Amino acid sequence: MSALIELERVSRTFETPAGTITAVNDVSLAFEAGEAMCLVGESGCGKTTTGRMLAGLLRPTSGRLLYEGKDVWLTKGADLARFRRAVQLVHQDPYASLNPTRTVYQTLSAPLFRHKKAGSAAQALGVVNELLTRVDLTPAENFVAKYPHQLSGGQRQRVAIARALTVDPKVIVADEAVSMVDVSIRISLLNLLLTLSREFGVTIVLITHDLAVARYFANRGRIGVMYLGRVVELAATEALVSDPAHPYSAALIAAIPEADPDITRSKTRVELRSAEVPSLLALPPGCTFHPRCPLSEAGLCDVQIPELLPIPGAREVACHVAVRERTRERAAASA
Amino acid sequence: MPVLSVRDLSIDYLTRRGPVHAVRGVSFDLEKSETLAIIGESGSGKTTLAVGLIRLSPRGTRVTSGQILYTKDGLTSDVRTFDDDDLREFRWAECAMVFQAALNSFNPVITIWEQFLDTARAHGMKDRHRIRDRADELLELVHLDGKRVLPAFPHELSGGMKQRVLIALALMLEPQLVILDEPTTALDILTQRSIIDLLRQLRQRLGFSMIFISHDLSIAAELADRMITMYAGRVVEQASVTDLFYRPRHPYSVALMRAVPRVSGALGSVVSIPGSPPDLVRLPKGCAYVPRCPFAIDACREADPPLLAVDTPHHEAACIRWQDVAAALGSNAEVPVAEKLA
Repeated sequence: MSALIELERVSRTFETPAGTITAVNDVSLAFEAGEAMCLVGESGCGKTTTGRMLAGLLRPTSGRLLYEGKDVWLTKGADLARFRRAVQLVHQDPYASLNPTRTVYQTLSAPLFRHKKAGSAAQALGVVNELLTRVDLTPAENFVAKYPHQLSGGQRQRVAIARALTVDPKVIVADEAVSMVDVSIRISLLNLLLTLSREFGVTIVLITHDLAVARYFANRGRIGVMYLGRVVELAATEALVSDPAHPYSAALIAAIPEADPDITRSKTRVELRSAEVPSLLALPPGCTFHPRCPLSEAGLCDVQIPELLPIPGAREVACHVAVRERTRERAAASA
Repeated sequence: MPVLSVRDLSIDYLTRRGPVHAVRGVSFDLEKSETLAIIGESGSGKTTLAVGLIRLSPRGTRVTSGQILYTKDGLTSDVRTFDDDDLREFRWAECAMVFQAALNSFNPVITIWEQFLDTARAHGMKDRHRIRDRADELLELVHLDGKRVLPAFPHELSGGMKQRVLIALALMLEPQLVILDEPTTALDILTQRSIIDLLRQLRQRLGFSMIFISHDLSIAAELADRMITMYAGRVVEQASVTDLFYRPRHPYSVALMRAVPRVSGALGSVVSIPGSPPDLVRLPKGCAYVPRCPFAIDACREADPPLLAVDTPHHEAACIRWQDVAAALGSNAEVPVAEKLA
């Protein structure tokens, strides 16, 4: 099976006054058409940089971005234009991502004209109405003439999604797309994105720090957990939340406060050896998680960088100890 | 004797369109060492209420009715009648507030040490050495190293460290009451966890009462003894934390519980709340939740229901159909709402 869009061993560094930082380090991710996937991690883990590279907005320092098997950064002209239309980014902050001086109609019709999807204003209005209906802003007539300040946060985010849809994208990268809207309506926005993936075959990559949101969104898909620029675990969602293999994923899941007093007050904690997140300017040698990791083994984890390797149960993990233990368990079970 | 007893408090914002009724007839009691969580969507009036309690409301705000009764050493007084001196004493020494967005609560051009110094001096502490000792002690309490943190400027600290410093500052004068507005929003998961654990420890050690305002139900599930649900400026339900989570009786509380997915346990049926909160300038007649409520009947449009005692003790809901809500959820006790309705 070949992937629709793929990051192949990409890294990205940034120059800062204090030195060079590697925001994303040797990440490979491949996405099928129609897949709903989540990238989770804490601030500074490189999830946004990864998303921007996936959307073709940031050139990897090394590695390749492949769309339908072609290296995007080597394509030009019509191929590049096709990629630009196919992959869209939805930003976190709908208060900042919409032009405050443009009406919903103006915001949505501009890309239609630009990409020659509409020739006349009447035609554009027809498409705009259709798009608004698709993102559940109905009746559409009530919204076309509105300015962003006349809309609620959730409605603005729907307009932002409608804007991404103007060009019939194949992939949407949604960076914290629901974090700024009220909890009461997050689920309906996630459902909207899920509908796009299920009914229209759009690949959706949701970037979030909220594992509960990730679990809901990628319930039938996969979650990738990032830590300090690397993907440390990649697994089917239910497998990941019920039985995390990487000690960092386990620590995150154990730490999450849950909206259920009995569950949340009786959770077993994973004690980390240190609460301090290392600076990207001075990453620890070996596995970058080893100074905090409860499973860390001297002479192994502080020396050797773990690769993301497959373990039993169709999942991948970048941890020497987890790979060894899980492979051994499987061998013991089958013996 | 409750530490704080709020009676029929109403707060309006004056706007060109007319008064916004942000808080409407709110009453509740807070006992000593008790933790109360106030939950609701944005625009439900929870922050207005919290800020109103220490009379820090912005200009253009009017308290139209009610009392804020504060009790110390057996003496009860109404915060609304305090003069400027009383208020200065009340605000930090008796009741400290930790605001949302830890970033904005610091003066960016002075060091953390100077922030401590400022706060201490404003409350009459003069001796630098004593202030320094107190600062070290407080920072240790929140698991920070004074030697490292005090000389730093706010921008040199991480979000979690800033939130800890703010909590330390809030505790400087040993307040009886601490109000926290969204204390863990915008923090990373592991940092969030450490702040929650810290608040739990501090409360146990120091015995202060706590009110926290959040749209995040999980923080309430972690820390609260009692909970209040606010909608359109009113208290629509109040109950113990377990009653509110497992036996909610107001349809809005039920809807809030169902809107939040979980990581552990069954996912259940998670759904958003349809529609949006009402315009607080032109409130509809009757119950303000009617347009979004699946239980609404004609009688709900007639009059805004008062808080009614429901089937569990110390539990009130402002819904004439609470029995139907109870029936819909079934009698099965400790099952999350989202699973009951799945």
